[in-house]
Parts: sequence; C-alpha cells; structure tokens
Amino acid sequence: MFHNIGEMMVLFWRTLCAWPQAWNQRRKILDQMFEIGNASLLMACVLSLFLGGVIALQSGPVLRERGLVSLLGGLVGLSIAKELAPVMISVLIAGRIGSAMAAEIGSMTVYQEVDALRTMNINPTHYLVLPRLIGIVVMLPMLVVLSILAGWFGGALVATNNTGIALSFDAYFNNLRQVVNVKDVVSGLCKSFAFAAMIGVVSCHQGLKTQGGPRGIGRSVTKAVVNSIVLILILDYFLTRFLMVFEQ
Amino acid sequence: MNPTLNTQTGISLEVRGLHKSFSGQPVLQGVDFFVEPGEIFVVMGPSGSGKSVLLKHIVGLELPDAGEILLNEQIVRGLGSFSQYRVGMVFQSGALLNSLTVGENVGLYLTEHRIGTPEEIAQIVAQKLQIVGLKNIEHKFPSELSGGMKKRVAIARALVIEPQLMLYDEPTAELDPLMAVVIANEILRLNQTMHSTSIVVSHDRELVFGIADRIAIIVEGKILVVGTPDQIRSSPNPLVQSFITANVSKDRNVV
Repeated sequence: MFHNIGEMMVLFWRTLCAWPQAWNQRRKILDQMFEIGNASLLMACVLSLFLGGVIALQSGPVLRERGLVSLLGGLVGLSIAKELAPVMISVLIAGRIGSAMAAEIGSMTVYQEVDALRTMNINPTHYLVLPRLIGIVVMLPMLVVLSILAGWFGGALVATNNTGIALSFDAYFNNLRQVVNVKDVVSGLCKSFAFAAMIGVVSCHQGLKTQGGPRGIGRSVTKAVVNSIVLILILDYFLTRFLMVFEQ
Repeated sequence: MNPTLNTQTGISLEVRGLHKSFSGQPVLQGVDFFVEPGEIFVVMGPSGSGKSVLLKHIVGLELPDAGEILLNEQIVRGLGSFSQYRVGMVFQSGALLNSLTVGENVGLYLTEHRIGTPEEIAQIVAQKLQIVGLKNIEHKFPSELSGGMKKRVAIARALVIEPQLMLYDEPTAELDPLMAVVIANEILRLNQTMHSTSIVVSHDRELVFGIADRIAIIVEGKILVVGTPDQIRSSPNPLVQSFITANVSKDRNVV
C-alpha cells in the first residue's frame, strides 16, 4: 500500500513538473475537458437535484414540527455546498471518468502503446497523464458549482411543493442567502479541486501499472474506482478539519 | 525538417554479459554479441527464450540486473540512449495508438517533438507510408487495417525517426506467408536504402535465413551460437540443428 502511495506521489510530482508542457498539449486538454463535462454534466445535475430534494424531504417535516421550517433553506444550502455536492460528484466522476481513464491507459499499457511512446522519446506523463489531470482538475469544480445550484433548486422544489413542508420559494432562498456565505461554496470547491487531482492521479497510476490482458485492465479499473472512492472519503475528513481552521 | 534527423548511418551495437531475472526466474543469463553498423542481425530462438526481453533492453524499456549495452562503443542505460542515437522499434503487435488515425500515428514523433509544420509532417507521413507500399490511408484508424497493413504502418512510424538502429520484434508473426514475404522484402529494402543497423527477433525460419547477415540462436536466455546463415545450417550443435530442422511429420504423429 505504501509503495503504491509513494508511486502515486511521484507521478503527481512528475505531472506537476510537466506543467510547462501544458500549452503543447492544449488540444488533448480541451478534448479531455469536453469529454469530462459532456459525459457528466447532466448526470451530476440530476444527482444533485434529487440530493437537495431528499434532504428537504427528510428534514422539512421535522423542522416544521418544531417551528423551524424557515431554516430549511440554510440547512439544504450548507449541506449541499460544503459536503454533499463535492463528495457525491467526486464519487460520480471517480466511477465515470476515473474508470475510463484507467481503462484507456491500462489498455494502452497492455497493448504496448505506452512502450511505443517511450521508444519515440515521448514521455507518457506529458502525453497521457498531464492532459487528463488538468482536464479533471478544471472540470470537476465547474461541475460541482452547477451541482450546488441544482441541489439548492431541488431542495426548493420539494420545500414549495410538499404539503408537509409548505415553505415558499422566497422564504427558502432568503434563509439560504442568510446562512450560506461565499466562503462555504469556496470551501466545497477547494475540496473538489483536491478530489479531482486525487482521482486523476489514482486512475492514471492504475492504468500505467496495468499488467496482463483484459482481466488486468478490469482489475485496474476496479482498483482505480474503489481506491478513489475510499481516498475521497478519507481526504474529505482531513480537508474538512483543515478548512475549519480558516472558518474560525 | 529538423537537421538533426538528416544523417542516416547505421551504428554498432554490443551487448556484454546481459543478465535479467523476473521474480527470481532468470530470463537472460549472460548474453554477449556484437553487431556491425549496417548489418542485419537476427536473434532466433524458441518462444520464451528471452528474445523480446533482449530487445526491450536494447531499446531501453528494461534495465539489466547485470551487464551493459553499448551503442557506437558508448555505454547506454535505459531510455537515455535516445538523446544521442535514433533507435526505432517495430513491436510484435504493431502497438499503433488506436485512438489516432494512421497519419497521426506515423507523424506522432514529429508532432510531439514539434519538428516541421503540419504540411511538412503530412508530406513526410505520405512519403514514409509510400516507402512501405501504402497510399491514401492516412485518415483510416488502425482498427480498419489488416494485420499486414498494421505492421507496415508500424514500420513507417519507426522510419519517421530515420533510425540509425532499427529493432523488429517478430515482424512476421500472425501474418500469412505472402504478407510475411512482403515484410521481409521491406526489411531488406529499408536496410539497403537507409543503411541503418537492423536487429530482428524472430522464430520464423524462412524470414531468418532469407534476410540475415548473421544469426544468433538464443535458448533459455543464453546465446548458443552466432554465425552466418551457412555457418548456422552446418552447426554441429544438436540443439541448433533440432531448432532449425524441426518439421511436422504426419507419419510420426500417427499412433
């Protein structure tokens, strides 16, 4: 395990050092950004819409019973912005994009395409890892911003239409505006930025160390997704703890 | 075109005492040989004898446990050799990038190293494809090509580097006899026209005796014998004889 973590940190460092190559790889970076955004935008928004809806559905009637329903907007707004949208969208991206990265690079490794790049003096870190890492690091926070908006809207839809809650649209968003600050959204975006880098590195690393045939590719994809999700949840705790220092 | 790619002379290769093990299993056990500049040197041996691993060491994809590789009498280690010498490799599978078109594959080295304008690269790609007998397939994807065409595209891609040392890993594997002859003729023609040193790894006897200046027989990670095709044919070594004369006999197989 420590060997793998060490390898991933080396890969991350090499990719950071390859940053000056980003302009040369701009076409591949744009392709990756389009791929990630196009593949995940709708799904991320639908997921967050229902996420916001279900929080409102669960907590709305309880708050109304206690005469606190006017706080629902803030509750949904904070939960979505600081925690649920960054974590859930990152999990979604790990499953959808991380798996695709591991499978594509894994298949290139198994079928000697990566070796062919090396024999042409083309660094696989520059050619394969850098565009994917930049693509996911740029696109995941963007998807999280849109997901936060979708989640807030989902909560509002349930709050206004569910008779057990019966909170007006204006009351919901007034409370949300009072409770949720820009720094809460920024805190969620910081998390998503870190999760994106982690998903990119884990998935590319698994792809590059793939061995064997199709079964090896399958194993790499599974490991990339499972490791990414586990690391998202672990990293989430430590990032939350770290970001709390700035909120005090 | 980059002026550094214009000199086209073969380089010598020397392998000294090469040892390599994977998980304690010895694959190469002290391989030694010398290849003259411009020579076609064929390494022949049964499957699993360490031929492809040997090629990976020469091209720098694997590092030896012991021993050294010298290009033009200079020790090289790993992929560092590419900064001094141009080494092209044709993989057994072709190893074309499936997400790129044929034209993008062949021009990949030039595009990534920013050698020439897109128009110049397109011209070089067409020229290299023509050398291997292919025309107007730049916009096709590797999945649309036959096995023989993929091999020839892989050769064209290696030629773009204008290699001083060209390595072929099982160039006729999985090809029908007619296509195998086409590829063998290509290797001969390229060696004669481009004067690069060629190392061919194969267990295809027709190919080996048809193109080789010298042949090395490798068995279980050791070079048994090195010599010209005639010397190999007349070798008294029973292992060499059993390998080069092995034939299917219907009578012997009938119980």
